[in-house]
Parts: sequence; structure tokens; C-alpha cells
Amino acid sequence: MNKVILIATREMGAFFKTWMGYIIIFASLLINGLLFNAFAIGNSPKYSADVLKDFFFFNSGIGMVAAVFLAMRLIAEEKQNGTIVLFYTSPITERQLVYGKFLSVLCIFLILQILSLYLPALIFIEGKVSLGHMFSGYLGVTLLGAAVLSIAMFGSAVAPNQLLAAVTGASIVVVLLLLWLVADRVDEPFSGLFAYIAIHNHRFNPFSKGLVHLKDIVYYLSIIFFFIECSIRTLETRRLQG
Amino acid sequence: MIEMETMSKYYGDKKAVSDLSFSISEGEIVGLLGLNGAGKSTILKILGCFLLPSVGRATVGGHSVATEAQEVRKIIGYLPDTPPLYNEMTVRSYLEFVARLKEVPATISDNIAYAMDKTNLLDVENRFISQLSHGYRQRVGIAQALVHRPKVLILDEPINGLDPIQIAEMRDLILSLKGQHTVILSSHILSEITKTCDRILVIDQGQLVAEGSETELKAGSKADFDLRVDVKGDHAPILSQLEKIEGLSRLKTKNMDGFTQIFCHCQLDVRSQIAKTIVDMGGELVHMAKEDGELESLFFRLVKSEGKS
Repeated sequence: MNKVILIATREMGAFFKTWMGYIIIFASLLINGLLFNAFAIGNSPKYSADVLKDFFFFNSGIGMVAAVFLAMRLIAEEKQNGTIVLFYTSPITERQLVYGKFLSVLCIFLILQILSLYLPALIFIEGKVSLGHMFSGYLGVTLLGAAVLSIAMFGSAVAPNQLLAAVTGASIVVVLLLLWLVADRVDEPFSGLFAYIAIHNHRFNPFSKGLVHLKDIVYYLSIIFFFIECSIRTLETRRLQG
Repeated sequence: MIEMETMSKYYGDKKAVSDLSFSISEGEIVGLLGLNGAGKSTILKILGCFLLPSVGRATVGGHSVATEAQEVRKIIGYLPDTPPLYNEMTVRSYLEFVARLKEVPATISDNIAYAMDKTNLLDVENRFISQLSHGYRQRVGIAQALVHRPKVLILDEPINGLDPIQIAEMRDLILSLKGQHTVILSSHILSEITKTCDRILVIDQGQLVAEGSETELKAGSKADFDLRVDVKGDHAPILSQLEKIEGLSRLKTKNMDGFTQIFCHCQLDVRSQIAKTIVDMGGELVHMAKEDGELESLFFRLVKSEGKS
């Protein structure tokens, strides 16, 4: 556990010592604010709960894009710079390395979400929404974000550089995102299967409305652990491949 | 301390290392010598638990690199051909990170002081790594390999890209590790490896083609050698007679002030015949000596002959 925290701490330090971290956070908050004003609040009268639901919808989309950018560098950058050798020749397991990396970007993603809190706080002060609704929405965004982080980290483990890592991670996310559209156009059992696997539509919307279903939490946790495990296995097979 | 038994490594269908066997005792400094692509880095990567051998067995400190990699990693320090450095960290913070990664217990400060002292980094300890010159970056690379005081140091091309002064400093540094650490290093620069290593393993196309100290390699070889002969007098008739000697080739002359230098290549030791011919032809033999590139020619002969077979 100490080494997981050691790696996560160094990774976060590196993130905030370069412009990339600040740019991702600044751009996410800026776009979030613009979309909040333009669409979530809008010009027509709305219930506070609907404004909050729309905020979480846009926040989830921005969070997914930010998550891909955050995680694309995790392992691919180490491979590009040759620093991965340090881990491969130190008494540390691939599991500790991957969990350390994942923990670092999850913390940065949470910081990003905490910095966006002022928008739902405005709705809370000016309108009438429950804290439970806010908690549910942020739980959904965090679970969705963590799932995308794990997918993008897998892309980073597979790809030789950051660009390909982003492309690989984003491609998997887009496929999982669009499966709900495909689900409507195919017959059973594929229809049910695709709808079940789709990462956003049926899974995230309940959270944005203030509804927390155990099955959705289990789904997101399954995606997270599946792709983390894939990243670990990818790094473990490297010794054999050379 | 290090044992390799009939170890082979394949990259797909390509055999990078072939049936390699050698052993290195505790405290020795051993150099892997070979041309680029000979398989030196692959051997070091296997010893560093970075790669798995395809066939055979490799152990470091009695632990198998294949099945006890974590135990091996605790006792080795590894410097790859490009030092694994984080530009955004200072030298001290980077060494602290590596020390914690390598499970240095409560003596982190002492260990960092030891590594920085050995590598002369104390004057740049608070500088960012991105601001360091190539020579200093290489030193930080060695410091990270030393920081947990490993029993075995694995250095892949440690003098790569260094200027002559930095090379001399690196040589002194490696020599200062003798006795405290077992060191295995690779290089394709023969002169450097002979100055720092107790023993040389000559690698060609993934195979061990010669092994021993510089003296042993010279003595054990039937190598050709280059010769320089300084003569006074008319060198033209001498040269025509020398050309007739069997085992002598590539004769070249250079006129100096008052004498002539004759350079030649000997496949056989015909030095007494050369001396006799010069005297018989009325010349005066001033000086005769083997050229410095003797071991170099042995090295080239070894890798070329193995390449043909």
C-alpha cells in the first residue's frame, strides 16, 4: 500500500508541476460553466431539479473527455521517456504500479469535481434541490469518470505513446457510449446485452435524477476493475515479449 | 554472485542471445564488450529482471531472475542506456523517491548522501533534473542505481554520450565501486572497458566469443598484430625485401626527420626476421614496437571470425 501511495503522490506532483494539469482543469471548468449558463439554466423557466439534472449531464460529458486526457499519459509517457525501466527493475509489482497510477488520476478527477461544486451550490442556494440529489449526481459522475479513467489507462498500457493511448482509450469509450443506439436497432439477445454494456445512457441518467441503483454501482465498479486488471496483465506480459 | 547457464533469448523468431553461460564473483567489475546489436543490452535487461530468458537459467545473488524477480530487484541497481529520470523533480527529491521505491528503511538520508557523494552530485542536489547537462544526468542515473546500496550494479553503456573529461570521471567512479559492489557494465568502446574492468566478456551475435582479463585475452590469442619499425638509411631496398617475408602485409612508410617509419601487419611473429633483413640491407634499426591497437585488432578478429562461422 505504501508504494501505491508513493507512486500516486509522485504522479500528482508531476501533474501539477507541468502546464498540462492546469490546462485540463481550467478548460473543463470553463466549458462546464459555459454549458451550465447556456443550456442547463437556459432562457425558459425550469425546475431546479431539472437544472441540476442537466448540469450533471453536461458535467459527465466533460468529465469523460477530461478523464481520457488525464489518463492517456499515465503509462505511455513512462514508456516514451524510458522511465518505466525504473519500476521494472525495482521491487514493485505491476499491480502496485497500476493502482498507484489510477489512484493519482482519480484524485485529480475528484479535485476537478470539487472545483465544479460552486455551480450546483448556486442552484442549491437560489433554487430548491436536495443534498441527496447533489450527492447522487456527483456519485454518478465520479463512477463514470473512474470507469473512463480505467479504460484510458488501459489504452495507455497498450499503446507505445500518448497520442495512440488517447486514440485507443477514446475509441473504447465511444464504442461503449454508442452501444445504447445499437441496442435499439438489433434483436434480442444482443439488444439487451448492448443496453447492459452501454456506459452512459441507461446507467448514468438515474444518478443525474437523484436515483442511486445498486446495479448501476456494480456495473461501474465492474468496468473499473476489469480495465485495471487488463492494464496489469498487459504490463505483466511485457517481460515475456521483450 | 551472477550466474548464467545456457541462456537464450528470442525476439519472435530472432535469436538475440544464444546459449550464453558465464559467472561473475562478488566484488568483480566485469565488462560486456561487443558491437552495437551484439546482445549486450538484452543480457543486462535479463539480469535486471526487465526481460525473461526464453531458455536457460540466470541467477543474481542466488535468486532466479525468472521466478524470484522481486528478490533480485532488491539487490540490484540498474542503469539503462538512457537514465530513467523525471525532469520535473530535483535531484534530491528524485533520489528520495527512488530510495522509497527500493525499500530503503530508516536510513534514507544516509543512503542519499552516500549516492550523491559517490557521484559528486552534492552541488546540484536542489537543481531540477531538466536543468542538468548530459554528464550530470548520467551521474544522477548512477546515483539512483546506487541509492539502496545494492550488491550488484548493472550499467548499460554508462559512458554513452559523455565527453572525455566526463568519461574519465565516470571511469574513476566505477573504479571506486570496486570491492563494495559487484559491477557488470556494457560498452562498445574497448579502451574504456579495459581500463575499468577486471574481466571482459566479448559478445558477438548473442554469443560469448572470448572471456578473460586484458592480459589473458592477449596471451590466449594467436592474434595478428600491427608493428611499427623505425629505420635509418635507404628504406626502399629494405621495403622490397620485407615484402618477401611470409606473414607480413600492409606495409606503409612515413618519412620522419632523419629516419623512416615502416608500418606493417604481422600474421605471424616475424619480428626477428624483420630485424635481420634491415641489418643485412645495411639499415639501422632504431625502434620496433607493437602498435597500441593490439587488443582492438583482436576484438575485431574475434567478432569477424565468429560472424563468418
